[in-house]
Amino acid sequence: MTDLTELGVAQIRDGVKAGDFTAVEVAEAFNANVAAAQEALNAFIVATPEMALDAAKATDAKRAKGEDLGKMGGVPIGMKDLFATFDVQTTAASHILEGFKPQYESTVSQNLWNAGAGMLGKLNLDQFAMGSSNETSYFGNVISPWRKAGSNAQLAPGGSSGGSSAAVAARLAPAATGTDTGGSIRQPAAFTGTTGIKPTYGRCSRWGVVAFASSLDQAGPMARDTRDCAIMLEAMAGFDPKDATSLDMPVPNWEELLSADLSGKTVGIPREYRMDGMDAEIVALWDQGVAWLKDAGAKVIDISLPHTKYALPTYYIIAPAEASSNLARYDGVRYGLRDLPEGANLQDMYAATRAAGFGDEVKRRILIGTYVLSAGFYDAYYTQAQKVRTLISQDFQKAFEECDVILAPTTPTPAFALGENVDDPLSMYLNDVFSVPASLAGLPAMSVPAGLSKDGLPLGLQIIGKAFDEQGVLNAGLALEQRAQFTAKPEKWW
Amino acid sequence: MSTYRIQGATGEWEVVIGLEVHAQVSSQAKLFSGAATEFGAEPNTQVALIDAAMPGMLPVPNKECIRQAVRTGMAINAQINKYSRFDRKNYFYADLPQGYQISQLYHPIVGEGQLVIEADEKAGIPEDKVIGIERIHVEQDAGKLMHDQHPTMSYVDLNRVGVALMEIVSRPDMTSPAEAGAYVSKLRQILRYVGSCDGNMDQGSMRADVNVSVRKPGEELGTRTETKNVNSVRFVMQAIEHEAMRQVDVLEAGGKIVQETRLFDPNTGSTRSMRSKEDAHDYRYFPDPDLLPLILEDDFLEDCRNSLPELPDAKKARYENELGLSAYNAQVLTADVDTAKWFERLLAETAKASGKAPAEVSKQAANWLISELFGALNKLGTSLEESPVTPEKGGDLLALIAKGTISGSAGKQVLEIMLDTGDEAETIVEREGLKQESDTGAIEAEIDKVLEANADKVEQYKGGKVALFGFFVGQTMKAMKGKGNPQVVNEILKAKLG
Repeated sequence: MTDLTELGVAQIRDGVKAGDFTAVEVAEAFNANVAAAQEALNAFIVATPEMALDAAKATDAKRAKGEDLGKMGGVPIGMKDLFATFDVQTTAASHILEGFKPQYESTVSQNLWNAGAGMLGKLNLDQFAMGSSNETSYFGNVISPWRKAGSNAQLAPGGSSGGSSAAVAARLAPAATGTDTGGSIRQPAAFTGTTGIKPTYGRCSRWGVVAFASSLDQAGPMARDTRDCAIMLEAMAGFDPKDATSLDMPVPNWEELLSADLSGKTVGIPREYRMDGMDAEIVALWDQGVAWLKDAGAKVIDISLPHTKYALPTYYIIAPAEASSNLARYDGVRYGLRDLPEGANLQDMYAATRAAGFGDEVKRRILIGTYVLSAGFYDAYYTQAQKVRTLISQDFQKAFEECDVILAPTTPTPAFALGENVDDPLSMYLNDVFSVPASLAGLPAMSVPAGLSKDGLPLGLQIIGKAFDEQGVLNAGLALEQRAQFTAKPEKWW
Repeated sequence: MSTYRIQGATGEWEVVIGLEVHAQVSSQAKLFSGAATEFGAEPNTQVALIDAAMPGMLPVPNKECIRQAVRTGMAINAQINKYSRFDRKNYFYADLPQGYQISQLYHPIVGEGQLVIEADEKAGIPEDKVIGIERIHVEQDAGKLMHDQHPTMSYVDLNRVGVALMEIVSRPDMTSPAEAGAYVSKLRQILRYVGSCDGNMDQGSMRADVNVSVRKPGEELGTRTETKNVNSVRFVMQAIEHEAMRQVDVLEAGGKIVQETRLFDPNTGSTRSMRSKEDAHDYRYFPDPDLLPLILEDDFLEDCRNSLPELPDAKKARYENELGLSAYNAQVLTADVDTAKWFERLLAETAKASGKAPAEVSKQAANWLISELFGALNKLGTSLEESPVTPEKGGDLLALIAKGTISGSAGKQVLEIMLDTGDEAETIVEREGLKQESDTGAIEAEIDKVLEANADKVEQYKGGKVALFGFFVGQTMKAMKGKGNPQVVNEILKAKLG
């Protein structure tokens, strides 16, 4: 019998529908993998094997009655622990929310359950999605299933959706939800040889997703390949009247319209992304990507995104500013952690609770955000950053007058070792240099595994598309995927 | 120009006043959540997930709240901003679950407008005065802390969290407590007409932050203080009076006014310091990223405008010009929207029942409402709202008087019985035999008898003692047991006596 955990979303969906295996068999297989890997990889904060089984039983029952199984019928998935799940602990990987069980279900997770998916568990992440390595989680860092050739050193699975990327790469789940604020889907996908897409801002409802930076946060799928991402994104996306920034547009049939034929399409190569001292392997991979897209029929041109160099500082003003306000609600009054020292007044309780509840990176960003919004600094930082953000959006608009999609590396380096950047927040932030501009502009962008480094670690290529043109992004991603033939997977050591 | 001055030891001082009025929008649901807004509900029973700021919850604007703010802006002839935006005002307090209030700092929904306060000689307002209104913005209310539930802990009631408020910011155009009082009253009147706020100051639906400074006439503006959450017209006036005096005392003693936030104590009528500018919060305002800019479309604005009722100034003018009411009566009847509505129904019913044009019975209706019904209700300790006499019943009664079926004095009797029993006017008139005699033949017969019996007096009358006319009227009415139509009696007597 085939190892069911080697199957992706489409294969499971089709296999369950065809009766090749039952949804329960699939859920049991993944549940077993989750349990076996937990100690070594720490990808999940909470495993929910019974929920995966219940959903699978429901799918099998529907099939027995000849009912429609849904877009994700019989597919168990991992849920990033930033999505509120009814009565299941939801923490954002922070001590301040430890034990918090929402009495509501996020729109995106509800959409997935409605589409027939089941939940394997809540996936670990960087605390409040702030981080690029998963080292800021209160529940211990996730360890990448990948290792450098000939080394036992522990590597970062990327972040903040590091539990998601590790789980998909290690076959603990065929797919997982991620969220991307400045690269939190694409960077971990690139680090783990998985595929992830951040759709246009507003495609997926933010209702019930613990907020980091509201104007940037966007959910998306992480899976084995482009088709699986298309299927899962269809299930996740849709207008939600409960989110005032939700896009009131129909969800296209992305899977059905997938096409790797790029004839008539133009791909832009942004010259500002070619930075001094860039890793030669990354440059070579990028050139290879250009060749693959040409092979798929696309015309390739040079484009300019002149404000690229301001994207990172802009992001590190806007995101912390919003976060400093979004995280004010964690105050020990209504839910989550409360630290009330003997004789403490309200202010003391706030201070003690937040000191104990938030990790260092979260505190750092709250401090930055509070500073840039404070009287006397607001115009110099926040207002200025908003202006630059507009310029960055305009860069893309101009570029998209000449091209349909943009090709760039996802990250400047392959996965780094755990602990390597932990004391150097700036070089940690540099990880986002290629992913942040699309986030600031709210554009759809995906990472596709495209090759291995000389050390045998996955490398990703990024496709950035026009607003609302997830189809164009997915199609270019598919063209890369078919040519890259990325079949590498981590050798099982756990 | 107000003549209000404070006499200090060093001479006269002028007072400069600006008001920020917080008015709770009348709506079923909160500004950004579907929770109810009813006053007086059990603590924490009107709280949606977002009101409690649960993780991942998002605000969605309530169209009705926006509509009411726009209608209010239109009612004060203000500029309506088609583009407005919500900002977050960040501060920590236990009654503020989000850790920020969603408000509108940079782009309010309503811009510059104005209202007129009427001349009131007695109050020292010699002529009508225009008070500028700088802006109206909408924002969320906060919750309530309860300190009396437990010896060592405070409790929080989140029912009010997220309720929509309009903050109506005046220009510093007022120069006396009376003007400020008149402004708040006028604003309340307009809000109640528009229906955007119930104006219940005792329930906290309307409260004012009072900005006061003093200066020597002609000098630069002085430093102001802000007294928070004053919740009645009388308290607003008291707070200004006290605060202005206090500032004069400080300045004359050589001190300086500190820009600060103060609290009003209704028990003592005084204000005390709450926090100074030095410990003022840095609110770190920034555009709320959960909300898109609010764009108002022309159709929406037109619907808002079409839904505006006749406003108090226009109504008062119409009562005077078209209905012929005195300025005083027009003022009394338009002071509150419910009174005006009651009066207009009464007028319509009276006109219908008597078959006359409204303008023919308007004075009668106004006088009856003001001098008879108000007085009677007052005695009963009840209000127009709970009056056992409805406009329909009142209209029937007034029509009976207008048609001469009963006399004015019989009308008073009918009203008393009606207040008691709630019966219809006609029923009472029948039962009590109050119908007056208007039949000329019957009256003439009685008059003939009276003249015959008092032939000597008729002689005296004809000899020039015209004051005896009243005697003949009295005798006739007496003979008719008060039921003779006085007008008919007068006419026939005049004819007979020549």
